[in-house]
Amino acid sequence: MAGVNLKIDGVEIEAPAGENLMQAAVRAGVRVPGLCQLDGLSVVGACRMCMVEIAGTPRPRPACATPVGESMDVHTDTPRLREHRRVLLEMLFAEGQHICAACVASGACELQNLAAELGVDHVNFTPPPTRLEMDLSHPRFGYDPSRCVLCTRCVRACAEVEGAFTWGVAGRGRETHLVADLGVPWGEAESCTSCGKCVSACPVGALFEKGTSVGERRVPRALVSTLTARRERESHREVLK
Amino acid sequence: MSGGVDLFDLAQKEREEQATYRRTVLCCGSTACLSGGAQATQDAIRDAVAEKGLEQDVRLVATGCMGLCSRGPLVKVRTRGEDDVLYADVDADAGRRIAEQHLTAGQPVEDKALSLEHPFFARQVRVVLENMGEIDPNRIEDYIAHGGYRALRDAVNTMTPAGVIDVVQRSGLRGRGGGGYPAGSKWKLLNEAKSDQKTIIANGDEGDPGAYMDRTVMEDDPHRVLEGMAIAAYATGAVKGYIYVRAEYPVAVRRLEQAIRQAKRHKLLGKNLFDTDFSFDVEIRIGAGAFVCGEETALMASIMGQRGTPVLRPPYPTERGLWGQPSMINNVETLANVPTIMRRGADWFASIGTDSSRGTKVFALAGKLDNTGLIEVPMGITLREIIEEIGGGVAGGKAFKAAQTGGPSGGCIPLKHIDTPMDYDSLLALGSIMGSGGLIVMDEDVAMPEVARFFMRFCMDESCGKCLPCRAGTYEMHELLDALVTGRGTAATLARLETLCEVVRTNSLCGLGQTAPNPVLSTLHYFRPEYEALLVPDGAHLAGLPGAHAAAAADRASASANTSERSA
Repeated sequence: MAGVNLKIDGVEIEAPAGENLMQAAVRAGVRVPGLCQLDGLSVVGACRMCMVEIAGTPRPRPACATPVGESMDVHTDTPRLREHRRVLLEMLFAEGQHICAACVASGACELQNLAAELGVDHVNFTPPPTRLEMDLSHPRFGYDPSRCVLCTRCVRACAEVEGAFTWGVAGRGRETHLVADLGVPWGEAESCTSCGKCVSACPVGALFEKGTSVGERRVPRALVSTLTARRERESHREVLK
Repeated sequence: MSGGVDLFDLAQKEREEQATYRRTVLCCGSTACLSGGAQATQDAIRDAVAEKGLEQDVRLVATGCMGLCSRGPLVKVRTRGEDDVLYADVDADAGRRIAEQHLTAGQPVEDKALSLEHPFFARQVRVVLENMGEIDPNRIEDYIAHGGYRALRDAVNTMTPAGVIDVVQRSGLRGRGGGGYPAGSKWKLLNEAKSDQKTIIANGDEGDPGAYMDRTVMEDDPHRVLEGMAIAAYATGAVKGYIYVRAEYPVAVRRLEQAIRQAKRHKLLGKNLFDTDFSFDVEIRIGAGAFVCGEETALMASIMGQRGTPVLRPPYPTERGLWGQPSMINNVETLANVPTIMRRGADWFASIGTDSSRGTKVFALAGKLDNTGLIEVPMGITLREIIEEIGGGVAGGKAFKAAQTGGPSGGCIPLKHIDTPMDYDSLLALGSIMGSGGLIVMDEDVAMPEVARFFMRFCMDESCGKCLPCRAGTYEMHELLDALVTGRGTAATLARLETLCEVVRTNSLCGLGQTAPNPVLSTLHYFRPEYEALLVPDGAHLAGLPGAHAAAAADRASASANTSERSA
């Protein structure tokens, strides 16, 4: 595959054409913050945490969805980007009710990690006064909408990896929320195979295993990525036969 | 038998039929006049005509919008060999008087007549709206008799697709949905795309508050949209067209469905048109009422039966559109320009307007004006001319304050820029946009922070919820604006609002979020003192609330106020 030469935060690298800036940044030893992106799933570019500046482009672009280009000069950590990421993260916190001290994902939470990484130690916006009702109708799993960050990783894992299409998104704006099937309680969703891939893909504690308490989240987030990588490898092997 | 001969025959027959009547009464039957009682007016005139035995003498037509919606119902009487007489505010009684005096005795009803020399009409140039108030939108024959489908026939029979694109490019037509992208260039992109499943889409998902340009075109001249689409399809190699109409426009949906049936019956849509190998079919898709579906990728998702949320571009629709095939999306008004451009030539069209913005623009003129309604003006006309001449000046002798263009994505133009020409680039330079054509005039009584709050509320409700900056940002900006307007905002609130404007504008995924801060930025730019006058000292907003915390905060606020007094 033809290589592309570009610069990320001053580090000159060569990356295969077609790779996106988030993957390429790893080659340069640079971590770009992200939330909605998960290896193995399609890219939606919705959380806008990975916005990077490209010299000569008027607007920042999402690193996860921007392919590498020859001679690109990419900056991932300018004062403006840092400021914007902090404000975005604050707003994300204020959308739900994220109380680490009572959350199953505490210690293994991507939102918590991002806050630490970006130095968000307080939130200047007012979160909603009440918690939304949890969906505990599924025998093995639970869904807490107040912890959901609407990254839609569960939706994509369910559709693209499991092929069940159980999860969907409904509502608009602040009312946006997940629905199982056509809006039934999760436990009544006929398409759900109870595979748990959505739970493993969840970056926070919105989807969780029943019977786990504060800080007890165990499911590996890499599960989806491992599965898809393995499938790809196996399909290559089939072709070679 | 060639379709072209049919068309001529049909037009000729219709014209002869129409010529047998000595008088034609054109009653505005568009939505605005109907809601003002136009149906009762029509019935009264029809009854009176029947009563007087004038059926052979008088032809009664329910036409499309005549423009001056604030003076509806409108009725125009056309008599062979005489000048047209226009009547305004015609209720059923007035309709009967018109029938008895004018239609029977030839005596115009002077107290209801409105001069056609009135600047509201005289200053307009009609291209898109040329058939409005002239034809019956329910009859394809009337459209054809007024020159309809001739441009399509000539294009298909005598021109190459490249030739058609060349005409559109030379005309300088730019997208009328707001962005202003050159239409010819877009057509060329689709023409060059390789696929035998290309589609074109007419975007009729007009959603700006107060705007009804596209609705009127779809309702009152539906064949013009179909003809424009068919010409675009011929030029680009598209085989299928979709008209995306919002469900809130039931009349437009009905008229378009009827127009498609009529066009198919006359072999103006369908297979092997005009006995060539050009085939083109059109379907209607009804939106479910989401503003964001006017954004082209969300619109395509909606057509495909998906949730109407935008996706990242590139790839652009001309590379990867509906069902993965190349597609092109044009605004309804853009397409409605095309038949006239093809008929009258690129040079004629390019002679209207300014160097960078050719042709005309339809505006829905609304707000505190004497004359409001639907107008079509040459690009480059100044805002002052629109307001003072066409609009008849600000109502009630009040002073002009600002005009909002481009709806929730646009901005306001203050008094000091009232002489700005209305074209794409001048409006952009002022921090507003041409937009799809909403034009709301505000007088001195309007508080600009409240205007900003209104539009932010709209964007907050219409955010699709996919990307974080728009979903959370519009909500938080609305909270901050609400705090300011209701006297709870401090200097910190205003600073926070400005930060959020920047964050949302820079980081949102689609045009809705990227432009949502525009009404705030624009009103802040021109009317900052109004915002500053609303600020209260830190903590003062808690005064009067129950609880010790509030009381303490109020004490602190008054203490700091005292301190500053002493030091001053």
